[in-house]
Amino acid sequence: MTSAAAPAEARQPARTTGEARAPLGERALGGILLLPGVLWLAVFFLAPLGIMAVISFGSVDASSHITLAEPSLRHYQQALRPEYLPAFVHSLYYASVTTVLSIAIGYPIAYWISRYGGTHKVLLLILMMLPFWTSYLIRTYAWMTILGDNGVLNSVLLDAGVIDDPIPIVNTDFAVILGMTYGFLPYAILPLFVSIDRLDESLVQAGRDLYATGRAAFRHVTLPLTMPGVIAAALLTFIPALGDFVTPDLLGGAQTTTIAKIVQVIFTSGRDWPYGSALGFLMMAITLVGTLLALRSLRREVIG
Amino acid sequence: MSGRPSRWLTGFAILIYAFLFAPIVVLIVFSFNASRHNFVWLGFSLDWYGKLLSNRTLIDALWISLQVAAIAIVGATILGSLLGLGLARLRFRGAGAVQTLLLLPMVTPEVIMGISLLVFFAQLFNLHGSVGQISIAHIMFCISYVAIVVRARAANLDPRLEEAARDLGASALGAFRHVTLPLIAPAIAAGAMLSFALSIDDLIVTSFNAGVGSTTLPIAIYSAIKFGVTPQINAISTIIVAVVSVALLIAWRLGAFRSAARAVIAEPEAA
Repeated sequence: MTSAAAPAEARQPARTTGEARAPLGERALGGILLLPGVLWLAVFFLAPLGIMAVISFGSVDASSHITLAEPSLRHYQQALRPEYLPAFVHSLYYASVTTVLSIAIGYPIAYWISRYGGTHKVLLLILMMLPFWTSYLIRTYAWMTILGDNGVLNSVLLDAGVIDDPIPIVNTDFAVILGMTYGFLPYAILPLFVSIDRLDESLVQAGRDLYATGRAAFRHVTLPLTMPGVIAAALLTFIPALGDFVTPDLLGGAQTTTIAKIVQVIFTSGRDWPYGSALGFLMMAITLVGTLLALRSLRREVIG
Repeated sequence: MSGRPSRWLTGFAILIYAFLFAPIVVLIVFSFNASRHNFVWLGFSLDWYGKLLSNRTLIDALWISLQVAAIAIVGATILGSLLGLGLARLRFRGAGAVQTLLLLPMVTPEVIMGISLLVFFAQLFNLHGSVGQISIAHIMFCISYVAIVVRARAANLDPRLEEAARDLGASALGAFRHVTLPLIAPAIAAGAMLSFALSIDDLIVTSFNAGVGSTTLPIAIYSAIKFGVTPQINAISTIIVAVVSVALLIAWRLGAFRSAARAVIAEPEAA
C-alpha cells in the first residue's frame, strides 16, 4: 500500500510543503477527520493499557478492592517463579511451532498462487481466506468433531479396521498445534503472497542465466527478496498464536496451561487482577520485542 | 509466464486447500445428520435447525450479537473512514504516530485488549460488562481495518478529479459529496463488511467485556461446546458460515480484499 500511496501523495505538492503553515481550514478539516478516531483509540486502547500497567504494581486488599497503597514488583517476581515457567514455555512453544509450520506450508502455497495462479489469482486467494473469516471458534469446534475419540477420523479408521481402539488426538500438543496452524495459516499466506507477487521474475531469470541452479536461484534471489514477507508472516502468526486461549482450551484440554489461559482464568473467575495484569504485561512485552525485532530486520531487508 | 508448476507443488496446494475446507465441510454435512451423535450418519434431517429456532439461549445471544455488530459497524465505519480519509489526504506532523496507533491494535494479542478494557471499565467507572461496553471494544478494534481499506482507496484517487469539480464551480463540500464520496464508497462499504465479520465472530475481547444479559453468540457457543458437543452447534455454525460467506462475497465484489491484502503487508513495514 505504501508504494501505491506514494504517487498519489506526490501529486499534491501544494499540500506537502510547510506542514506547520497548513491553512486554518485544512487544520480544522484535519481535526474533524482525525480527531474522533484517534481519541477513540487513545481512550479505549492506550488508556486501558496504561491502567493495566498501573494495576500490575498494586495489590488486592482485605475487602478485595485493588489498592495501590504499597506499589511493588512482587507480581512480576511471582510471574517469573519457576512453577510458572512451563506455562511460558508452552505458550512460546505453541506459538513458535505454529509460526514455523505456517510459513513452511504458506510459502509454497503463496508461491504457487502467485506464479501459476494466472487469471485465477484473486479467486485462489479468496478461497484461501474464506475459512479464515468463518469464525475461529467454529473452526476449532470442527476440529474437535473430527479429532475426538469418537470423532470422524477415529470412526473412519475404526470402521476400516486400521485401528482397534480410538487414537487419542484431542488433548495433545499435536491437536493444539494443528488447530493453531489451521487457524493462523491465512495470516501467513497473505503477506507471503504479496511479497512473492511483487518480486520481479526477471531477477530470478537473470540468476538462472548466470548458471544458477533452480535451487540456488531460489536461495540467493527469491528467498532474500521475499524475506520482508516472511518476517511479516512470522509476526502476524506468532502474535495471535501467543494470545490465543481458545485452541489450547478446546483442543489441548484441562492439563494444557498457557499464559493466555492463565490470564483468562484470573480475570474471569479470580480477583487477583494485579497479578493477571502483570502476566498480561509480560505477554505484551514479548509481543512488543518480537514486533520491534521483526521491524528492524524488515527495514534492513527493505533498505539494504 | 513461468511455465508449468511442478506436480508436487500443485499436489501440495490441492492438499492444503482440502485441509482448509475439510473441517467446514464436515461441520455442514453433520448439521443435516439425523443422528444425535455427531459422528454416525443416520440420514438427512433438518431437525437440528428446528431445535435451534426454539433454543432461547442461542436466539437471545444472536440478537445481542446483531445489536453489537450494528453499533460496531456504524461507529467503526464513521470513525475509520474519517481517519482513513485524513491519512490519505492530509500531510501533517505526527502522521507516522497515527499510523502506528492504527497498527498497534492489530498486533496486540486480543487477550491483552480484553483484560485491559475490563480493568479500565471496572476500576474507573465501576462497570462490569454490557452491550455498550462490548460495542465500544468492537469499534476500537474495527477502526484500524476500516481506516486502512479507506485510506488505500482514497490515496489512489486522482486529486485532479476533485480539482476539476472545483474548477467547474463546485464548493469544496459539493466536490467531496459528488466526486470523492462516490469514489471511495465501495471502500467504506467494504470496511463495514469487514467490521461486521470481525464483530460477529469475536470471542476473546468480548468475553472479558460481557456481563449479565450481554451474552453474545460466540460466548453462548463457546459455553455450549465446553458443556458438550451437539449437532445444534453444527446447525448454527452452518448458518454463520453461510451469512459470513455472503458478506465476504459482497466485500469481494466491492474490492475490499485487494486493499486489505496490501494493508496487512504494507502496514507493518510502514511502522
